[in-house]
Amino acid sequence: MSIDIRRKGGVGESVRRVDGVPKVRGEFEYASDLRRDGMLHGATLRSPHPHARIVSIDIAAAIAAPGVRAVLTHADVPGKKTFGLDVQDQPVLAIDVVRYAGEPVAIVAAEDPELARAALKQIDVNYEVLTPVTDMERALEPNSPSVHPQGNIVRTLQVVHGDPNASADVWVEGSYETGMQDQAPLGPEAGLAVPAADGGVELFIATQWLHADLEQLAPCLGLPAEKVRLHLSGVGGAFGAREDVSMQIHACLLALRTGRPVKMSYGRQESFYGHVHRHPSRVWMRHGARRDGTLVNVQARLLVDGGAYTSTSPAVIGNATTFAAGPYEVANARLEGTAVFTNNPPCGAMRGFGAVQACFAYEAQMDKLAMALGLDPLELRLKNAVKTGSVLPTGQPIIGAAPVRECLLRLQDLPLPAEEPPLDRDPMLLPGGAGNVGHGEALKRGVGVAVGYKNLAYSEGFDDSSEAWVRVSVDREGPMAEVKTAAVDVGQGIDTIVAQIVRTELGIDRVLIRQPDTSIGSAGSSSASRQTMMTGGAVQLACQAVRAEIDAQGGMPELRRPVEATRVFHHRPTGKLDANGQGDPHVSFAFGAARAVVEVDTDLGLVRVVQLAVAQDVGRALNPQSVMGQIEGGSAQGLGLALMEEVALVDGQVKNASFTDYLLPTILDMPPVVCELVEEPEPGLPYGAKGVGEPSTVVVPAAVVAALRHATGRELRRAPVKPDDLVGL
Amino acid sequence: MDVFLPRSLEEALAMKAERPEAVPLAGGTDLMVELNFGRLRPPAIIDLTRAAELATHRQEDGHVFLGAGVTYAAIVNELPGFKPLVQASRSVGSPQIRHRGTVGGNLGTASPAGDALPVLAAYDAEVVLRSQARGERSMPWHAFLMGPKKTAIAPDELIVGARWARIRGPGSFSKIGTRNAMVIAVAGLCLVIDEDHRRVNVALGSVGPTIIRATPAEEQISSAMASSGAWQDPSTAVSEQVIDEFAELVASAARPLDDVRGTAAYRRHGCRVLARRSLAWALSERRLPTWL
Ligand SMILES: Cc1cc2nc3c(=O)[nH]c(=O)nc-3n(C[C@H](O)[C@H](O)[C@H](O)COP(=O)(O)OP(=O)(O)OC[C@H]3O[C@@H](n4cnc5c(N)ncnc54)[C@H](O)[C@@H]3O)c2cc1C
Repeated sequence: MSIDIRRKGGVGESVRRVDGVPKVRGEFEYASDLRRDGMLHGATLRSPHPHARIVSIDIAAAIAAPGVRAVLTHADVPGKKTFGLDVQDQPVLAIDVVRYAGEPVAIVAAEDPELARAALKQIDVNYEVLTPVTDMERALEPNSPSVHPQGNIVRTLQVVHGDPNASADVWVEGSYETGMQDQAPLGPEAGLAVPAADGGVELFIATQWLHADLEQLAPCLGLPAEKVRLHLSGVGGAFGAREDVSMQIHACLLALRTGRPVKMSYGRQESFYGHVHRHPSRVWMRHGARRDGTLVNVQARLLVDGGAYTSTSPAVIGNATTFAAGPYEVANARLEGTAVFTNNPPCGAMRGFGAVQACFAYEAQMDKLAMALGLDPLELRLKNAVKTGSVLPTGQPIIGAAPVRECLLRLQDLPLPAEEPPLDRDPMLLPGGAGNVGHGEALKRGVGVAVGYKNLAYSEGFDDSSEAWVRVSVDREGPMAEVKTAAVDVGQGIDTIVAQIVRTELGIDRVLIRQPDTSIGSAGSSSASRQTMMTGGAVQLACQAVRAEIDAQGGMPELRRPVEATRVFHHRPTGKLDANGQGDPHVSFAFGAARAVVEVDTDLGLVRVVQLAVAQDVGRALNPQSVMGQIEGGSAQGLGLALMEEVALVDGQVKNASFTDYLLPTILDMPPVVCELVEEPEPGLPYGAKGVGEPSTVVVPAAVVAALRHATGRELRRAPVKPDDLVGL
Repeated sequence: MDVFLPRSLEEALAMKAERPEAVPLAGGTDLMVELNFGRLRPPAIIDLTRAAELATHRQEDGHVFLGAGVTYAAIVNELPGFKPLVQASRSVGSPQIRHRGTVGGNLGTASPAGDALPVLAAYDAEVVLRSQARGERSMPWHAFLMGPKKTAIAPDELIVGARWARIRGPGSFSKIGTRNAMVIAVAGLCLVIDEDHRRVNVALGSVGPTIIRATPAEEQISSAMASSGAWQDPSTAVSEQVIDEFAELVASAARPLDDVRGTAAYRRHGCRVLARRSLAWALSERRLPTWL
């Protein structure tokens, strides 16, 4: 499949999304829609226990079950038995021990999904249940059960800046927690593996990063990389959930074993077990300031629960720790962060990636500090905000754009939404919404502001480049540009942006975007707000090379044979942190500020968010409508974390693995978002455009909870805030 | 799995008589969820959506009959005079669910969180059942709802609908959930004032194994209104102390548990707040009747 784009529209225009109409009409092919003649269906047997030894697995009855073509356990993994993005510590199928409830133990391929699921019940696994550790603080205790032989610490780091013992006139202290959030992409994990004539395999897959999947798949399958070919299928959202491998290796193993195409497609319930979640956090902070409001010292200890395997925990805690002082100038700091293993489901990437948990804590602290100093919370932030040239606690100077003050001032200038008398309103527009619980009784309004920041692209020395191929030819219809990259459109709109860049660089309306696969070099992940910068940069370089060649041939009208070029874009190099957390870890930053206006039914602890306003540092909006879509969606996910979204765990067991009880905001919960785009081009990035996917998710939870504190006067240390917390039960 | 598509209630009853293990399907908004989760794999399904008789409602000699197949959307559009029922129906799910889901299905599932059920309980409704062999019978709602997801229906019977004596007086339904729409109730309350019998009926959902009538609270408020003369004269104020006592009695009628949707303490607290509010709304509406 490839997308032919004939609309006009270059960089800076709100060009219509190339996938918009097919998605709205139900014609877009998602990975769960994949099918092939003669395909089998795979299913996964998962551990019911958070921690157990596998005494034995008996697959005899399952193999003999009707329609079953293969039943595989770890013994059938031909190559490397483990995978992982950073450290390969996660078994393809559990070996001797299971470390979380939901861990894959065996897989089945059968003639239809129902038979495959029925066969799972025929697999007899004998477990010896072990004591799990399911609390992140307990995991640090010397007598805690060990999740892995090396102990329970995934990574611990500190950032020591200036004199951490520096004194201050006023101190405020607090402890904060955030829960485990699910990315809840609307398309659950799915893919189709097709055995190839050369003994290899073709995998059609919804992922965020084809090449990272490939790097993990080939060794496990015992195949050279060129025999494992990945093709992007339609992705129904990701938000970090598709960074780690889910069913990819399983589907390939079953296809190679049976010699038939194998589809695996999770349902919603399995999806909750099939991907990593946002790290729950516990954070302690102490902020010291001068009487005039100058921040002088920030002390922070952050603990995050990485669950059973490493995944991206090292980078998440790296982010949380290096950002723990917020986008503020502070001369002295000691920031300590630790990610631990527990027998909870693994945690990894989710929109905001460590920056969310840190912002929730440091912004609560800034409000406390403003209160202690008798200053306006916004003034306190303006006074301490970083700017270009400021030095961060890691010693890294901000060399690019840092319009933090501008973001805050834009919010300050926005009028507050008018207060509507409750009795004149549709009761639907009161806290409790469709439940008809009140007519405006005990209604209090609150306003909260938060500012925060997030790194763009990968950090700490990682070179996440992107490659693009561009070809220009002329036929009877005139000139046409073809583009190929391995960049994944997870729904954020990279395909549309690529077409806009090609039109701008080459002046050609007709752009054909080829379907991404692993026959071209890596584009890196569609995560970390990086794809427009990185693949956009590669496409721009390739277009410029093609343009130069066309000019050398005497211009487009003279073009006799197609001209093509392949180029790779690298961001500027970053470096690792030293033992004191000093270094140059991050490429670039995006800042954002949010204001939330809420109404609370203070008798019932129910909430209506009246308005969210987000002012975001975007560098330059290449497609303003797409940028606003990202801000709105990121805000909705932030609101979800503040008010309702949490994977409920009891003793390592997920209690709400479905949308019945894992609540996402509905349209009655999500207010209109006022978007203020702050455009200050970032040097060194194509068109000066910064990544835009994450800052709203970073700041909105903190802003919503600040508004709830303002409305109720309660401390509210934990997100999601429960009605009990707002009522004081 | 066999799927039967009867064209009338009579045909459906015949099929149910022949295949008592067959599971009826109305809107499917509960049943299909059970199927999807793999919690239910019935040998046969009888789809009732073509049985037009079930989708009717009528009022006759002071009684109301609501067919089992009437959807929430139909209630909202066609029965505006039954405010608590409309409010409960409007609180169910999303537009899609309200267009498919039926009161018969709510009764069939018999979940303590079924939003139509506190309303039927506050109306003192009867559930009307029918079989081919024995014809029609009815029983009070509390006899039908035997426990969480347990009803008194016989294997060869179908629910035909619910029937209640029309009540003159104000009332309302409220539901607390942790999201502003499409949420399973953490606590639900229906309060109805019956002017003719000088009673206040209060039913609670989601705070016990089944729907609960707060009888001590009903008796307290009904007699307090009698002794203060509030029944004869709606402008007579009901004291704060009486309202507090009423709210407290409603809260103590609840038998809530802690679960992933809410704590027992919050559920009880919610009942107290809703009791207070719904009584206050009803009393002020009595002063300016819009229900006549
Ligand atoms: C997304 C979603 C949101 C929901 N939100 C709510 C909510 O807010 N409040 C709420 O109360 N419920 C809610 N529900 C549950 C469901 O919609 C209701 O319980 C609804 O009333 C079920 O009606 P139905 O017609 O779809 O029943 P079905 O699913 O067709 O049937 C339910 C049960 O009743 C039996 N049954 C149906 N009709 C008859 C009959 N005539 N005779 C005998 N047995 C019968 C069936 O065999 C089955 O056991 C929700 C469901 C979903 C999927």
